Amino acid sequence: MKKWFNFSATVWLGLSTHKLRSFLTVLGVVIGIASVITLMSVGKGATASILENIQSMGSDLVTISPGARTFGGIRGAGGGANTLTMEDAEAITEQVSYISSVAPTYSSNLQVVVGSENMNAQVTGVPPEYQDVQNLGIANGAFFTEYDYQRGTKVAVLGSNVKETLFGDADPIGQQMRMGSIIVRVTGILESKGGMMMGSDDAIYIPLTALQQTVAQPRTAQGERVVSSISLTVSEEEQADYVVEEITSLLRDRHRLGPGVDDDFNIMSMEEIASMLSEVTGTLTLLLGAIAAIALLVGGIGVMNIMLVSVLERTREIGIRKALGARERDIWMQFLAEAASLTFAGGIIGVVIGWVVSFFIDYSGLMTTVVTADVVILAVSVSIGIGLFFGFYPAWNASRLNPIEALRSE
Amino acid sequence: MIRLQDITKVYAMGKRELTVLKGISMNVEQGELVAVMGPSGSGKTTMLNLVGCLDKPTSGSYCLEGREVSRLGSNELAYIRGQKIGFIFQTFNLLSRLTALANVELGMTYAGGVDRQRAIEALAKVGLSDRVNHRPIELSGGEQQRVAIARALVKNPSLFLADEPTGQLDSHSGEEVISILTSLHAEQGITVVMVTHDSNIAHHCQRIIHLKDGEVVAEESV
Repeated sequence: MKKWFNFSATVWLGLSTHKLRSFLTVLGVVIGIASVITLMSVGKGATASILENIQSMGSDLVTISPGARTFGGIRGAGGGANTLTMEDAEAITEQVSYISSVAPTYSSNLQVVVGSENMNAQVTGVPPEYQDVQNLGIANGAFFTEYDYQRGTKVAVLGSNVKETLFGDADPIGQQMRMGSIIVRVTGILESKGGMMMGSDDAIYIPLTALQQTVAQPRTAQGERVVSSISLTVSEEEQADYVVEEITSLLRDRHRLGPGVDDDFNIMSMEEIASMLSEVTGTLTLLLGAIAAIALLVGGIGVMNIMLVSVLERTREIGIRKALGARERDIWMQFLAEAASLTFAGGIIGVVIGWVVSFFIDYSGLMTTVVTADVVILAVSVSIGIGLFFGFYPAWNASRLNPIEALRSE
Repeated sequence: MIRLQDITKVYAMGKRELTVLKGISMNVEQGELVAVMGPSGSGKTTMLNLVGCLDKPTSGSYCLEGREVSRLGSNELAYIRGQKIGFIFQTFNLLSRLTALANVELGMTYAGGVDRQRAIEALAKVGLSDRVNHRPIELSGGEQQRVAIARALVKNPSLFLADEPTGQLDSHSGEEVISILTSLHAEQGITVVMVTHDSNIAHHCQRIIHLKDGEVVAEESV
């Protein structure tokens, strides 16, 4: 214990003699670690906010969309084909287990007019189950009911952006709007999800039965009514894979797809999307980390440089210590510990600075940032590692000095 | 205590070889106070470095306290320096950043551990009780050399090696330092080997060994 105290005192002495120089030396490490912490927190923040987004839509959500339309062997953009039908949705409801609700949707672009405001918007006809399936919150008013759906009542629920565009600050509940050839009454406004993808903020939802009164729903060759997508929720999340499999074989069967023929539909479970997106943001985080690591490397080289100078400068001290009985190992340990404490201190300061910076980025609302314990631990260990790595050579140099020559130096 | 047998030391200076010691044989007994004299370049310091285990001879044998040390590795030599040998240098070789006390404690760092009380006692023995917390720059040359003696003394070495200990001191401080060394020798029976070219100082010793061109040319008892 006492020995360690003395050793630390020796190390502190070496560093404190040149306070400014020690500080400038670790500045590289400080900046490196601070940028690691900041950039990693930005990356992790992006991951977290995307995952949160997906959570808000419900991680038990499965979406089926039509596959690509094929023009004489040329595959077009996904979602173009009219392959999904109301009847598919009904078959899924009846034949696949572990499903809590199924909501087929049909979207159409319509001219929407309120007073002098006029916009072309995508109007989506949905059953009332859609609210639960998509986890839609209501900010104002109410979603339409099963009764509205059965009767084909002309009512609409607006996303927050749409409401802003058409009504501004006015209260839209009960107001009428023209939508294609029908007049609908606004019954509810959705809570903003602030999402960056598949946002419900820009959506207009009306009962599918009401949409059919102004837009003719196309039919397939078999006379089934075409839908744009089918959303459903899985009642037990661990059965999601099973449900996807079941639906795939059911739809292939219904669409009469022989073996070797590609699916004419896509099934995306939220879990799948989530893992795909976190893979993307994980790569992003790594990339950001790698950029910061370069800064750290440069800092480490600076430490090595100064340690070499320091060894040269203190040659006489090394000679004295050796004359007093210091073994090579003692000298080696002393300089290695100096380098490691230097970079460790730099690491701690860097973590604090990085944390503060990422806090302010988050606070300013620019981006979500998340500082996680593993990144902090990693950064601090890396900073010690850098000291050990870049201090190794200078310390070895010091330990190998010939005591007589060292004592003779000025 | 010290037994040198046909010691040679050759330095490679680029392509040339420089023979500094040409077969030195000498003995120093336990508790002796010996001076080594000789002109510049006679090999005094080289011999002292060998005796102090700072360097190894090119050939020959060196027994310290009955143990052959001329072929030991650097760690073992470091251990011997730490345990048995106290060095006193012409230029004091104190660490300027440290106080007198810390410099003395440094003497114990590699010799079994620091004991502050003993360091304070060692400083008292060389008459520097009132200079404990002064840095070398605040001390006179004589005082600095006394700190160096305290640093050597504090680990109870069996052998003191002094290389021109008074070389940078005025005659008064020089006398003081020599009287400390002689009284330590007298009181504690420490063996002292001192390199000097001041014959007045050499005559405080019991025996004088004269070196010239890397050979022992004469020995006289005082």
